[in-house]
Amino acid sequence: MFNVSLKQLSQQLAEKKISSVELTGEFLKRTRALNPNYNAFITINEAMSLAQAEAADQMIASGHASLLTGIPVAQKDIFCTKGWLTTCGSKMLSNFTSPYNAGVIERFNRVGAVNIGKTNMDEFAMGSSNETSFYGPVRNPWDVSAVPGGSSGGSACVVAARMAPAATGTDTGGSIRQPAALCGISGIKPTYGLVSRYGMIAFASSLDQGGPMAKSAEDLALMLNVMVGFDDRDSTSLQREAEDYLRDLDRPLAGLRIGLPKEYFAKGMSDDVANTVEATLEIYRKLGAKMVEVSLPNAQLSIPVYYVLAPAEASSNLSRFDGVRYGYRAKSYSDLSEMYRKSRAKGFGAEVKRRILIGTYVLSHGYYEAYYIQAQKIRRLIAQDFTDAFKQCDIIMGPTTPTVAFNLGEKNSDPIQMYLSDIYTSAASLAGLPGMSIPIGFGDKNRPVGLHIIGNYFAEAQMLNVAHQYQLETDWHLRMPEI
Amino acid sequence: MTLSFDDVRRIADLAYIETNEEEAHVVLAQLSDIFNLIEQMQAVDTLGVEPLSHAQDVTQRLRDDIVTESDQRERFQAIAPQVEEGLYLVPKVIE
Repeated sequence: MFNVSLKQLSQQLAEKKISSVELTGEFLKRTRALNPNYNAFITINEAMSLAQAEAADQMIASGHASLLTGIPVAQKDIFCTKGWLTTCGSKMLSNFTSPYNAGVIERFNRVGAVNIGKTNMDEFAMGSSNETSFYGPVRNPWDVSAVPGGSSGGSACVVAARMAPAATGTDTGGSIRQPAALCGISGIKPTYGLVSRYGMIAFASSLDQGGPMAKSAEDLALMLNVMVGFDDRDSTSLQREAEDYLRDLDRPLAGLRIGLPKEYFAKGMSDDVANTVEATLEIYRKLGAKMVEVSLPNAQLSIPVYYVLAPAEASSNLSRFDGVRYGYRAKSYSDLSEMYRKSRAKGFGAEVKRRILIGTYVLSHGYYEAYYIQAQKIRRLIAQDFTDAFKQCDIIMGPTTPTVAFNLGEKNSDPIQMYLSDIYTSAASLAGLPGMSIPIGFGDKNRPVGLHIIGNYFAEAQMLNVAHQYQLETDWHLRMPEI
Repeated sequence: MTLSFDDVRRIADLAYIETNEEEAHVVLAQLSDIFNLIEQMQAVDTLGVEPLSHAQDVTQRLRDDIVTESDQRERFQAIAPQVEEGLYLVPKVIE
């Protein structure tokens, strides 16, 4: 039951072999036993989950079920969820019970999916190891001395340890793909604008994008079918025809042109990751794909550009946390200004404050042109590189991360080293392109390796097809950590 | 570009984050490293390049000027640090 696909679970529910209450109960039981080892959830509320499961069973009985009805889904604690504590991994929101639902939560509720808990994450999604969470680090289920990646590390861990069949994540510079890679699961960040940002606590609004994390590409397609859709409460939500992301899964790959950016296969990638990626490309060759060398000459600038734009937007977004209307307020203060200063000093952790300060600086008088505008210009050059590359290939592949999961504590005293773990993922974010990671084997210390697949705008169905065909040939996505 | 201790104090002040001297020194060292990384951008010739803020070429949607929200004051104020008679309380700002 814990290692089967969403389609199979859905079928068992439809055939009444199991009820949603039973299914939810089984996953809650497993979570109760395992979560203390991993710290993957911030909030578990069994009564609320089971109430949703009961309602789902009624939907099934009355013939109103769809594919995710009654299926437990873990929700990243960045999505405002009515009646649930929604902390975003921060002390600032440690007392915040959301009075409303995010667009994504509404969509899951509408189809009768069951919220099985809110997952741990880096504070305000700022981090690549889950170590910036106010609620403590999450552990990698493949090796508890390793980080799960971040910021959606709790969701990645939950899926890897099979505490839920699927989860949601969000990705600003790699926060779905990098933890998916480090935990040996599948995850996709859709084209910017496809998934509603309404009620998804903002970090860097021009980059933030929600997406699913699950065992397989097929499961991701089912999740995307629920998550994608226009929302007029999100000013950058795209109005498009609804797509069925399952439609192309079975297409053969013969003739597919896979672009390999020479910059991503240069120095920087560790040998174990390089070998695993090469073995994967060999399978794609056997499936009939052709390899094409492409170039992303400005890709190496994506980290500097990202660390101007994302903090700039964060400094603006996080100015709303002032201790007045909701969230943490300092205990003692002499006047209003001191109340703000102390509430923000004590409510935010070190990494969040660091990024607010960077953002404040690059937006301040005299530096705006040199930093913020220059970064936006290079952002266009990076996006243009991809447009040029996609003239020669259908899809781009490379490693998701330069190394397998690093140890807890290994990089958290050196922000730069931490930032560089998103070196392969941030360029696609800046360009607004969809990116995904799928498990392709194991590297050093038997820790998982991920393949990064970048598609053109709105090419999610094709990317899922490319990933699914690989998963028909291999079983990495079905491997589970020994627990 | 070199960041100074005074710069750190100034931006912390602008960002409304209380920072003591010791913290400011630690932050100065970390931010200096980050700005050295960011400095790579200055070598790129971007003459004539339009800044990109959104990958899709979309314009801001407008909506009709009508009330769409219902009154949920009590629900929203239930999670506020301090309220009284429907108002958010903050320290006195006007003498």
